[in-house]
Amino acid sequence: MPISENPIGTPVSLLAMNNETWETVIGLEIHAQLSTNSKIFSASPTAYGAPPNAQANLVDLGYPGVLPVLNAAAVGMAVKFGLAIGAEITPLSVFARKNYFYPDLPKGYQISQYELPIVAKGHMDIVLEDGAAKRIGITRAHLEEDAGKSMHEGLGAHSGIDLNRAGTPLIEIVSEPDMRSAKEAVAYLKKIHTLVRYLEICDGNMQEGSFRCDANVSVRRRGQEKFGTRAEIKNINSFRFVEKAIHYEVARQIDIIESGGKVLQETRLYDPDKGETRSMRSKEEANDYRYFPDPDLLPVAVNGAFIAQIRATLPELPDEKAARFAAAFGLSAYDAGVLTASRELGDYFEAVVKLIPQDPKLAANWVMGELAAALNRDGIDIAASKLGPARVAGLLQRIADGTISGKIAKEVFEAMWSSGTDADSVIAEKGLKQISDPAAIEKAIDEVMARSPGQLADYRAGKDKLFGYFVGQVMKATGGKANPAQLNELLKKKLAG
Amino acid sequence: MKPEQISAIAHLARLSMDEAEIPSYQQSLASILSFVSDLERAQTQNVTPMAHPLPGLTQRLRPDVATEGDAHERYQANAPQVAASLYLVPKVIE
Amino acid sequence: MTLHTKSLAALAAGLRAREFSSVELTRTLLARIEAYQPQLNALITVTGPSAMQAAAVADGVLARGGAGPLTGIPLVHKDIFCTEGVRTTCASRMLDNFVAPYDATVVAKLKAEGMIMLGKANMDEFAMGSSNETSYYGPVRNPWNPQLVPGGSSGGSAAVVAARLAPFASATDTGGSIRQPAALCGVTGLKPTYGRVSRYGMIAFASSLDQGGTLTTSAADAALMLRAMAGFDVRDSTSVERAVPDYVAALELPLAGMKIGLLKEFFEKGLDRENERCVREALAVYEKLGAKLLEVSLPNLGLSVPAYYVVAPAECSSNLARFDGVRFGHRAKDPKDLMDLYKRSRGEGFGAEVKRRIMTGTYVLSAGYYDAYYLKAQKVRRLIANEFEQAFAQVDVVMGPTTPTPAFALGSKTSDPITMYLNDIYTIGANLAGLPAMSIPCGFVHNLPVGLQLIGRHFAEERLLSAAHAYQRESDWHTRIPAGYE
Repeated sequence: MPISENPIGTPVSLLAMNNETWETVIGLEIHAQLSTNSKIFSASPTAYGAPPNAQANLVDLGYPGVLPVLNAAAVGMAVKFGLAIGAEITPLSVFARKNYFYPDLPKGYQISQYELPIVAKGHMDIVLEDGAAKRIGITRAHLEEDAGKSMHEGLGAHSGIDLNRAGTPLIEIVSEPDMRSAKEAVAYLKKIHTLVRYLEICDGNMQEGSFRCDANVSVRRRGQEKFGTRAEIKNINSFRFVEKAIHYEVARQIDIIESGGKVLQETRLYDPDKGETRSMRSKEEANDYRYFPDPDLLPVAVNGAFIAQIRATLPELPDEKAARFAAAFGLSAYDAGVLTASRELGDYFEAVVKLIPQDPKLAANWVMGELAAALNRDGIDIAASKLGPARVAGLLQRIADGTISGKIAKEVFEAMWSSGTDADSVIAEKGLKQISDPAAIEKAIDEVMARSPGQLADYRAGKDKLFGYFVGQVMKATGGKANPAQLNELLKKKLAG
Repeated sequence: MKPEQISAIAHLARLSMDEAEIPSYQQSLASILSFVSDLERAQTQNVTPMAHPLPGLTQRLRPDVATEGDAHERYQANAPQVAASLYLVPKVIE
Repeated sequence: MTLHTKSLAALAAGLRAREFSSVELTRTLLARIEAYQPQLNALITVTGPSAMQAAAVADGVLARGGAGPLTGIPLVHKDIFCTEGVRTTCASRMLDNFVAPYDATVVAKLKAEGMIMLGKANMDEFAMGSSNETSYYGPVRNPWNPQLVPGGSSGGSAAVVAARLAPFASATDTGGSIRQPAALCGVTGLKPTYGRVSRYGMIAFASSLDQGGTLTTSAADAALMLRAMAGFDVRDSTSVERAVPDYVAALELPLAGMKIGLLKEFFEKGLDRENERCVREALAVYEKLGAKLLEVSLPNLGLSVPAYYVVAPAECSSNLARFDGVRFGHRAKDPKDLMDLYKRSRGEGFGAEVKRRIMTGTYVLSAGYYDAYYLKAQKVRRLIANEFEQAFAQVDVVMGPTTPTPAFALGSKTSDPITMYLNDIYTIGANLAGLPAMSIPCGFVHNLPVGLQLIGRHFAEERLLSAAHAYQRESDWHTRIPAGYE
C-alpha cells in the first residue's frame, strides 16, 4: 500500500512516529562479514569479486564426507566485538545446525549458534542529532557461516547459484527491540558500522554485502504493554533504505490495523525502486529450523588468557574517542560523534587539531564541512583525501592569523583540492591575501559611497538594510578580500557620517 | 500419527509423498515412536545431554590461512546442470 | 599357493621374500571376486585395471627394498569412503553416478602404505540397516549360507573377508555395523574409539556415532590395519590428537589378571540359547588363560536402542539434506520448480529405510518434540556412558554376545523396522558411549558363525586386540572358511 502524503508533504508514517496513538518498536539484526583471510569452516579465500564458484571448495559445496574446521581469527574477532560492547564472553559456546532447504545453502543447514552464542548481553549507546542519548541493548552476538548467492536474471527458466560467499564468517548482532523510531534505528546501525570498522573486524562495505541489516518492525498503541506482531524486513543494504523501509512498513502496518485487519508475521523485502516492502514469496511459510548442536564441531572454549590477549588489541573505541574529543576540544556530543564515525576520520581530525591547537572548533567545522563535502563530491573516503591534515591545518592557520577571510578560504580550499598544493602557494598565486589595511579599506568605502548617493541618502534616512548593499559593493571592489570585521567597523563609522 | 503430520514432515524433509505412501509411513513412524517412547521412563532430571561421546574435549582452532585454489571445473563435472560456472536450479522468485 | 587364505602378516612376508608378487596376488583376488560376485553380490564397483597398475608399482617398490608392512597388499573399501576418481555410491540410487573428487583420509593413508584397492564393497544404503538388504544394488549374501544375510551395514565388507576375496575390508560402525556382520560372517571386526580414526571422506550417517574400522580374519591383522588407519586428522574436528600406539607390538600384552565384566543385561531373554553357549565357552577359555570373570550391570542399557533410534535418525536427517539434486547426485527429470526438484530428486534417490529414518529424524527434531525426544535421548545417552564408566572402574573389558542370534534369512525381518533394529541390541551401547569394541568368532550354531563381543575403555584398543589375539591363539574359529570358498 502506498504511503499517503498529507498536504504539507510529510509521510503519514513520520507523523505516526511522533504520534499519540501509535508507538513503533524496532529491533535490528545485523550480519557483518568478518574480514578473515579464509572462510569460517574451510580454507577457501574470502576475497570479494572472484569469478563464480572459484572460491568454493568441497567443504563449502557441502560434498559428501566433508567436515568443518573452525577459523581461529573468526573467534578472536567475535570476542573483540563482545568486549567492545561490554558483553560477557561465553566460556563454552556451541555451534548448532539451522536446518532448511534453499539453493544457496549447500548442506541444507547453516552452521550457526543457537542456545549458547559466543557473545552474551551487551549494549551500544547512541546520540541523536538533537543531542538526545539512548542506550540500545544488544541481546547477543554469534558466529555463523554465510550462504551463497542466487542469480535470477539472464538464465532463462533457471536461477544460478554461486557459492563463493558460502562459508564466509559472519557475526550476527541481535539488538533488543529498544528502538522507537527510524532515526534511532539508523543511529544504532551507524554506530555498529563504525564500531566494527574501528575494530578492523569488518570492512563495512554495504554495497558488497559485507554489512547487512534485517529490521524487525512492529507497531502498538501507546500504553499497550504487549508488542504487536512484527514483520521482518531482510537484507537492507544502505542506511537510507533502512530509514525508508521502516517508514513504509510502519505506515503499512498502521493502515492494516486501522482497517480492522491483522498484521502477518512474515519476512519481507524492501524494494528500493518502488519504495515499498513486499512479502518474500519463497520464505512465506514459517520455517521449523530444528536446531540441534552440530555433532561435527566441539564446544568452543574461550578462557581468560585468550580474552586478555584480545582485550590488549582493542583500539580506543568510538565512544571513548568521542568523549575525549568533546572534553579536550569543546565539541558537542553530536559533533564529536560525527568526527569519530570512522577511525580514519578521527585520526585525521586529531592530526589537524594538533597543528592548530588554538582553534579546534575551526578545525571541526572545516573537517565536517568543506572537507566532508569535497570527499562526498568526489565519492572518496577520508583515507583517499587529496589533502592531508597538514595541508588543511595550513589553510586554517591562515584564517586564524587573519591572512584570509573564512569566505576566501573556501576559494583557496577548492584550488588546493584540485591542485594538491598548499594554502600559501594558492594565496600568493591568486593574490588572495586579505586587505586589513584601514586606509585601503577606507579608500574603497569612499569610492563606493561616492558612486551610490541614492543608497547613501536612503540609508541615512533610516533604511538600515542597505548596510548590506555597501558591504557587498566594497567586497566586490576589493575582490572579496576586505577584512570583514574591519570593513564592518569602518563602514559603520563612515556611513554614520 | 495423522496423515497431515506425515505430509508435514515429508514437506519439511523435502521428500515426495503421495497419498498412497502415507499409510505405510503412518504405521512405521507410529511403531518407531512407540518403541522410543520407552525413553520416558528414564530418570534424567539434572542429567546434561551428551552431544559428543568423549568428555571434556573442545574445538580445535585452525590458523586463518587461505590454502584452497580454484578447482570448480573439476567439481562441476559432477553437477547435473551448470551454466557460466553457476549451478542451475528451476527459477526461484523471491 | 593359497594366497587368499594368508594373513596380512604372512602376505607381507611372502611379498618381501619375493615368493609371489603383488601383481600375482592382485590377479588372484580379482579372479575370486569375479567368480563369486554373482552369488555374493559383495561389491558394487570392481577397479581391476587400476588395481593391476597399482600392483605393478608396488612390485617396483618391493624390488627396491622400500616396502612397508602393507605394501602391495590388496583391500576393498566399503562404498561409504570417498575414493578419488572412483564411483562412490553409499549403495544408493542418490549417488549412483557420483565419482568422488577426493580420497577419504582413511583411503589416502592406506594408499600411502602401498595397499591395492580391488573395489568398493556393497553395504546397506547410507549405512542404515543390519542385514545389507537396503542396498540399491541388491542384497549381499552370507558366504556361509546364501539364503541368509551377512549382517549390515558393512555386509559387503564382511562377506569379502569371510569369502577370502581380500584380507582386509574397510568398514564403518554407527550402531554395530562392523561388529554385527563380523559375527554373522565369522570374521574379526573392530570399531575403534570415537575420534581414533578420521571421519573425513567417510560419508556421514550419524556424526556423533560413526567410526571407521576394520574387518579382517584375525585380531593380529586388525592391529596391523588399525595402526595404519588411526591418527589425528586436521580436517576432522572430532578426531583426537593422541599418539597412535604400535598395536602390533601390543598384541602380546599379558592376559593374566585381566578382569572381564559380564553385562547382566546382555544375558537376559532374547539371546539365542546356542549363541549363549558359544559365548560362555569362549569366556571359559579366558578364565583358563587367567582372566577373572565378574558380573556388572548397566541398568539403563536397555534404553540404548530407543536412544539410538532418536539420535541417529536426527543426525542423519540433517546430514542427508545436502542430497538435493543441485551440485551432485541424482536429479529428477524435468523438475517444474524448485520444490519439485527437491522432492522428486530425494524421493527417487533414497530407498525406503533411508526415507523412514529421515522422516523419524525430522520429526524428533521438530518444534515441540525436541525436548521429549532428542534432548531426552541425549540425556539417556549420558546415563549409559556414565554406567559404562562405572563398570570400567571395576573391570578392564566387558564381554558378551555380539548378536542375539546367528545369521537370519533374507527377507525375514524386513516387514517391521523394529524387529530389524533389535539386532543391534548388544552393539549400540558402545557407539553411544564412544567406546572401542570388537567382535571375534567364538563358535558355530547350525554351521553358522557366532561372535563374541569385547568392549573396552576409551583408547584401550591395545587391551582389546591383545585379549582377542590371546583367544585366537587358543582357538581356531577365526580360521574357518565357508564351504566353497576354501
